[in-house]
Amino acid sequence: MLRFIFGRLAVLIPTFIGVSIIAFSFIRLLPGDPVMLMSGERVMSPERHAQLMADLGLDRPIYIQYFDYLLDLLQGDFGSSIVTKRAVLTDFLQLFPATIELSLCAIVLAVCLGVPAGVLAAVKRGTWLDQTLMGTALVGYSMPIFWWGLLLVIFFSGYLGWTPVSGRISLMYFFPQVTGFMLIDSLISGQAGAFKSAVTYLILPTIVLATIPLAVIARQTRSAMLEVLGEDYVRTARSKGLSPFRVIGIHALRNALIPVVTTIGLQVGVLLAGAILTETIFSWPGIGKWMVDSVFKRDYQVVQGGLMLIAAVIMVVNLIVDVLYGFINPRIRH
Amino acid sequence: MKKLSTLLAATAIVTLMAGSAWSKTLVYCSEASPEGFDPGLYTGGQTFDASSRTVYNRLVEFKHGSTELEPGLAESYEVSADGTEYTFKLRPGVKFQTTEFFTPTRELNADDVIFSFERQYKADNPWNKYVAGASWEYFSGMGFPDLIESITKVDDLTVKFKLKRAEAPFLANLGMDFASILSKEYADKLAADGKMELMNQQPLGTGPFTFVAYQTDAAIRYKANPDYWAGKEKIDDLVFAITTDAAIRAQKLKAGECHIMPYPNAADVAELKKDENLTVLEQEGLNVAYLAYNTLVPPFDKVEVRKALNMAVNKQAIVDAVFQGAAKVAKNPIPPTMWSYNDAIEDDKYDPEAAKKMLEEAGVKDLKMKIWAMPVARPYMLNARRAAELMQADLAAIGVTVEIVSYEWAEYLKLSSAKDRDGAAILGWTGDNGDPDNFLDTLLGCDAVGGNNRAQWCNKEFDDLMTKAKATSDVAERTKYYEEAQVIFKREAPWNTLDHSLVFVPLSKKVSGFVMDPLGIHRFNGVDIAE
Repeated sequence: MLRFIFGRLAVLIPTFIGVSIIAFSFIRLLPGDPVMLMSGERVMSPERHAQLMADLGLDRPIYIQYFDYLLDLLQGDFGSSIVTKRAVLTDFLQLFPATIELSLCAIVLAVCLGVPAGVLAAVKRGTWLDQTLMGTALVGYSMPIFWWGLLLVIFFSGYLGWTPVSGRISLMYFFPQVTGFMLIDSLISGQAGAFKSAVTYLILPTIVLATIPLAVIARQTRSAMLEVLGEDYVRTARSKGLSPFRVIGIHALRNALIPVVTTIGLQVGVLLAGAILTETIFSWPGIGKWMVDSVFKRDYQVVQGGLMLIAAVIMVVNLIVDVLYGFINPRIRH
Repeated sequence: MKKLSTLLAATAIVTLMAGSAWSKTLVYCSEASPEGFDPGLYTGGQTFDASSRTVYNRLVEFKHGSTELEPGLAESYEVSADGTEYTFKLRPGVKFQTTEFFTPTRELNADDVIFSFERQYKADNPWNKYVAGASWEYFSGMGFPDLIESITKVDDLTVKFKLKRAEAPFLANLGMDFASILSKEYADKLAADGKMELMNQQPLGTGPFTFVAYQTDAAIRYKANPDYWAGKEKIDDLVFAITTDAAIRAQKLKAGECHIMPYPNAADVAELKKDENLTVLEQEGLNVAYLAYNTLVPPFDKVEVRKALNMAVNKQAIVDAVFQGAAKVAKNPIPPTMWSYNDAIEDDKYDPEAAKKMLEEAGVKDLKMKIWAMPVARPYMLNARRAAELMQADLAAIGVTVEIVSYEWAEYLKLSSAKDRDGAAILGWTGDNGDPDNFLDTLLGCDAVGGNNRAQWCNKEFDDLMTKAKATSDVAERTKYYEEAQVIFKREAPWNTLDHSLVFVPLSKKVSGFVMDPLGIHRFNGVDIAE
């Protein structure tokens, strides 16, 4: 098992270097530079432009900039934002828990609803239930997030007044950020009502962010289950007189879960992409919104640093998924 | 240890907040996160709202809801006869804010003023590069490095600015955000502690509100400054709830999650006006959108051609289509809210037939031209592409073929100022300080050719008026020069002036005392809220 894990870790190194090249070069491929955008409609003289580019170290040959960047990265220095002047890592660490909290809630919701829905649709294949569940999943998968989010806000917050419109917690509550996870911080703050407020603020963004992964997981579970349900060992289990719950829940589902776990792992990337829009709609102070703003401002340091950190997270999650495979299916280790 | 002290500080803040028991708290749904809290470093309105207009003051201030100046930290000032020396008498007894992170031991004096400016242009000042890439963009943009000869302390409460030349807009520039006055004592403490970067994270000034905390991209909290020289504010706490999506801001306002919001979507304004709990304030923005011909390139070097093209465009249709009425057709290069606006000027009349004839008389046939459309929405032009399409159709009616071109925003800004640019470019401007010079000379002066002057138009008669207007601080005399300059502008038609957009601020009816500001600033001093 250790050899398997080390093998996977070794693959991460070239991947990480590849990502660093992409992260570094992509933002620079976009026309325009941060200095130009900083001045807006007010035209800057070429001399001043050159001076500011030099101040930011952007006048040097690109490969030198890259190697300097790589050297800084190896020392754990992700640079400082050109716009806010704050350290990229500081901002990332401050904002990332918000994204993690939202993404975790969304994936838990997606798994808790998506897997049973997929199993049910497979077991009741061809019935109205199957068609309703899969039809709903297709609608969920096709829905533009910004439209869906706004619709929920207008209906549940504006019309019914059941949920707050946006933010992470009511502005009434103010306590130090200890873990960065609002659910935990609100609990340990000891302020009455803070935890309940944090939960209510999570409901709509969680539903919006979970919609697409939920649909994907439900469809994947259904197709994996259908495949497994036709296998000989399932027929054998049935013929042995095992209860339907044991046949489906233990024998079939466990084997069907392998592609589903892969899908859940892949949804991490989808969640982070979805978080960009969800965070913008719900004023959720996470890394999605932070990255988008930085791309628009050509904040090279934030974009490349943020991409590297996000890539690192995704790589680690994928590594965990690979290791989980090994546990679910020992044959994969070999 | 650091974590522990942060925790203790935060606990103290919580205790303080608990003491105020959420009483009289005004929540403002701001449109974006502040870039930082040192107003000298930035140019964004959201940054100024969150720093200079809450925490800081300036020597002179713009009157609430106007572009006129009034005394700020300077009680009075004197200008030398030749207009090159400004002597400011500081208001005595002005206290800097006492916060969790700093307790001042002295009141405002001349050292603070000198520090606030010198750090922005003296390369040997340790604060000039206290954060990586500090560029002091507004200080440079307003030409201060080439204007200020020296700033000297006459006595503790008297400061003298010596300029290299007479420059009438200087005083209005001192009312701008970059000219906010910081505490030198606080700066010295930060420098001694090796924590200079905190100047941009934990601001401390003399303004109406004391900074409490910033939760990145989520909220900014302030308390009313109990020692404010103009008296404590009526509200106790002020919170900026950062809400970047305009539709969500509107929903939050309707749901009572905030009391004031800026920049609603034009499409939401009618709906917000219908809400019986809300009031929608509106005002003409201090802005202009224009189509700048390149007057250096034929046939746009001919006045008749430019005039003919202006007459062929139905500007009212553009305003209706792009702004759904939330704008007014522009006839002058400065907005109507600005002093010296020449209302006697008549706009080029929309008359396609006359335009066609004029073009023929100018010897121009089968004209093919480019119209540059900005790729982004700006307050003065929400949809340049749509505006360009309408112009394309209008100009086709007089036989002019238009090709619409666009570039990525940064490229657009760069390429549109090139002297050999092909065709006419849509762009605009939002005023910085309410001075006509900030529009007329900045956008149409000869010095700005190849830069902000996208029409590349240099007219000696016009430029002489700009020079004369800068040399005197007599407002009546300056008004005369600017009015005359607008007549020349209309006669020469380097631009087709398109629109001045309206700015809306929806707010709860519980709020009183909020005044819209022509400079686009959102200020909360003087604001109250019914409990």
